[in-house]
Amino acid sequence: MSMPVTVYVPGDASACSLGADRVARAIEAEAGKRGRAVNVVRNGSRGMFWLEPLVEVATPAGRVAYGPVGAGDVAKLLDAGLLEGGAHALRLGDISAHPWLASQQRLTGARLGIVDPASVVDYVAHGGYVGLRNALAMQPADIVRAVTDSGLRGRGGAAFPTGIKWQTVHDQKAAQKYIACNADEGDSGTFSDRMLMEGDPFALIEGMTIAGVAVGATQGYIYLRIEYPHAARALAKALQAARAIGYLGNDILGSGKRFDIAVRLGAGAYICGEETSMLESLEGRRGEVRVRPPLPAIKGLFGQPTVVNNVVTLASVPVVLARGAQFYKDFGAGKSRGTIPLQLAGNVKQGGLVERAFGLTVKELVYGYGGGSATGRPVRAVQIGGPLGAFLPVSEFDTPLEYEALSAKNSLLGHGGVVVFDDHVDMARMARYALEFCAIESCGKCTPCRLGSTRGVELVDRIIAGRADSSRNGAQAADLALLDELCDTMFNGSLCGLGGLTPFPVRSALKHFREDFQRAT
Amino acid sequence: MSHSEAEKIRQCVAGAVQKFAGEPGPLIEILHAIQDELGCVPPEAVPPLAESLNLSRAEVHGVISFYHHFRERAPGRYVVQLCRAEACQSMNSRALEEFVRGRLHLDFGQTTPDGRITLEPVYCLGNCACAPSMMVNGELHGRVTPERFGEIAKEWGVA
Repeated sequence: MSMPVTVYVPGDASACSLGADRVARAIEAEAGKRGRAVNVVRNGSRGMFWLEPLVEVATPAGRVAYGPVGAGDVAKLLDAGLLEGGAHALRLGDISAHPWLASQQRLTGARLGIVDPASVVDYVAHGGYVGLRNALAMQPADIVRAVTDSGLRGRGGAAFPTGIKWQTVHDQKAAQKYIACNADEGDSGTFSDRMLMEGDPFALIEGMTIAGVAVGATQGYIYLRIEYPHAARALAKALQAARAIGYLGNDILGSGKRFDIAVRLGAGAYICGEETSMLESLEGRRGEVRVRPPLPAIKGLFGQPTVVNNVVTLASVPVVLARGAQFYKDFGAGKSRGTIPLQLAGNVKQGGLVERAFGLTVKELVYGYGGGSATGRPVRAVQIGGPLGAFLPVSEFDTPLEYEALSAKNSLLGHGGVVVFDDHVDMARMARYALEFCAIESCGKCTPCRLGSTRGVELVDRIIAGRADSSRNGAQAADLALLDELCDTMFNGSLCGLGGLTPFPVRSALKHFREDFQRAT
Repeated sequence: MSHSEAEKIRQCVAGAVQKFAGEPGPLIEILHAIQDELGCVPPEAVPPLAESLNLSRAEVHGVISFYHHFRERAPGRYVVQLCRAEACQSMNSRALEEFVRGRLHLDFGQTTPDGRITLEPVYCLGNCACAPSMMVNGELHGRVTPERFGEIAKEWGVA
């Protein structure tokens, strides 16, 4: 047999949801029938989901992509010379040169879809662990300063400056400190954490290790949502590999520093993405929100100083330490520095991961990258930032995707998910859903959230039922005013963002799509 | 409940407690271990669990009931989780939901009388660029149409 040909078939959950496992098996089987040796690598996804399963073949002239490949295409692809990069209708050539990818600025997701996520050797060959090596040669305070200077802000939604959080933990005197990674990516329309954990888990492991070295923490926890079994498997493999080679453990790279990471699985509770609720859950309790202060940076996990950052934030740290704070800071707009992995989802033709410097407009994202709706109907709205994010109408699509610009529009960037809706969407029903979701997921600790959400659902039900009844015009107006008042109570009176931000989708729907609450449908 | 079932639960609890005994705040880890083994966290597991962790029964029950994932009764052989979140709604998951409920004759939270299929709602599977999504026993399916659902359901013996 000749040298095995390396074939990449993503093991990413989304690729698998479209049949990538069957494609991988078919390639092995069909190659075997032809007496050809193949080495199938289950890489992450490049994030071009309309092309998944996206198969790449390593040829002497570089990687050649084919997609979307179904298991039924494999025999014909092999006959057409797949393993030599041969011509076929599904052949896409060098996928990294595809304008959709080539126009992106991938810093955090630089290795996504390229490396073998189970191989620490591959990670290092693609620039991995340069950041940690640099960090180990620095004073902890200087590592913190580099993160502060980079302008990196929490990518989970709150956008708090990461360096300032680290500084607080660094300054605490405590026998035990922790790094707690929030991998409870529960917002609909988001999947960047998942893609990173599945496609480049060492970036997260390295980022957490750097955080540990910087603030003096020796133990890290990844709080991973139960809905992500593929990520759990990828992390388990990567953690084992990192320990085996000395990138985790009692003597990291011979530095004498200690750091290790454990994964703890959530149990299906959206609220546990809120940082204090997550800490409660990590401690084995009901995920009820804690009252702040004290801040987690001072009294966090098990009462100890704790850095709480989400996956993308921590996975962005290695590039800051490898290339320098200034390099990272040179990307971005205004106070939003660096890049943001935007997730383009829902009713969109070309959905996926778009990592760009902050400042791309909604229009550029939805039409430029997305190519409009998947159904071919006119786009009517986007929801940005998950179930607590506002709906924006097409007339607002010039808004740049950065923290302050969205905040000025009573909107938020959140975790960077953008969900596209076509003109079939009923915005009154979306407002109802936002309140229903809040009711289902409320931890119950504060009244505005626990009861306000349920009263809100009842109110919107009445409004929806009254749309067709013109004799109810006066009552309808009163109900709409009451709904707005309820939003006010929830916004001002809730303990955390779940009850506090649910008014965003509701009020934005009321403001921009009022006809949906009034017209007969 | 038979004596042997009670004994099985007791042993499962003891094993799970022992496995995580050295870890801080281990209750949820232990509950996962029990549910992975028994398919659920039966009410009979609560008293021995509370006793060995020095917690009240109310505290243990409070944790179990807080999380959607933990269940008191074992589900059907196929746990079908349909995503109801916004990205899936944008791709008409509401119609898919209606179709699935009709096809399986189940509402959310119910199990078929033969114990074969349990239907559950889920709020985001992180597959939002390939909506609508469904997970069956941990296997993810994207761009699920009624036709595609019908093909998959045949594997569970649903005509």
